[in-house]
Amino acid sequence: MSFDDWMLALHVLSAFSYVAGIVLFWVLIVAVRKTDTPEGTIRMEPIVKVGNAAIAIGGVGTILLGIWLAFRLDGYAIWDAWIIAALVLWALAGAVGQRTGVEYTRGMTKAKELEAAGQTGPSRELLAVNQTSRGVVLHALASAIILLILLDMIFKPWA
Amino acid sequence: MSIVAAIRPDSWNFPLFLHVLGAMILVGGLLTGVSTLAFARGDVRFLRLGYWTLLAVSLPGWILMRAGGEWIASREGWTKEGVPTPTWLDIGFLLADLGGLILLVSLIVGGVGVYRLRQGKGAGLLKATLVLAFVLLGAYVVAVWAMAGKPS
Repeated sequence: MSFDDWMLALHVLSAFSYVAGIVLFWVLIVAVRKTDTPEGTIRMEPIVKVGNAAIAIGGVGTILLGIWLAFRLDGYAIWDAWIIAALVLWALAGAVGQRTGVEYTRGMTKAKELEAAGQTGPSRELLAVNQTSRGVVLHALASAIILLILLDMIFKPWA
Repeated sequence: MSIVAAIRPDSWNFPLFLHVLGAMILVGGLLTGVSTLAFARGDVRFLRLGYWTLLAVSLPGWILMRAGGEWIASREGWTKEGVPTPTWLDIGFLLADLGGLILLVSLIVGGVGVYRLRQGKGAGLLKATLVLAFVLLGAYVVAVWAMAGKPS
């Protein structure tokens, strides 16, 4: 395997890491919608950290290695329309993902406040925060953008 | 890498898309299942969530990945009799099929584990599912590396 092959393999592995993070958060979104206790919400924190790490590795790896490959490989150029589309979509996915994170952090913060106040039982208020529709819509939007990037990478329109 | 390696006929794109999408869902399901089971610390709700993630996310992902893989391999002409397959494809097929078998075993063991949880018994079998899923996750990272880097 050449150095370029290694970079391509790591670029693809980064993309897998990104999508794995997206999948992980879908599962947590489904799970947290039925969670009304501070303890149940807080117990998700280590899993959230795994998802955040997967998305961070995926986000940084795909963009850095992707740009490097665009400059390095014959037949590709950074100004190719499909590469520019991917860069724009990548930035959009990051922005939407960041907003999704803010939305779901509210539930975790609320759970910690309730626990600190000694309220360990079920809370309707916490459940309402955990069932955020805005969070679901934002994550669905981020997932759709990532799907568009995958389609763009494989079909390479206008190439 | 030359441009020749990067260009493929348009008719290969859709099967490749299904193959990659399935593989991504599979890896995502494994990462989620492993994380949830690992951090469950005996909590029945999280043990069940980890198991159901493997069943409802990883298994459909594996089916889509394997079916898409067979389709794209056939389109590329690798499944014809007498055609020698490259190393990267052999690695991919081996890990996909062996991994599918391990996934199935882990789901059966985990299913019995979830049933035992309902009876108030221990979570030992779900720990076995966790170990198998963790091994699978590692194996599929190698498979992705082989498929993308295509070592000769």
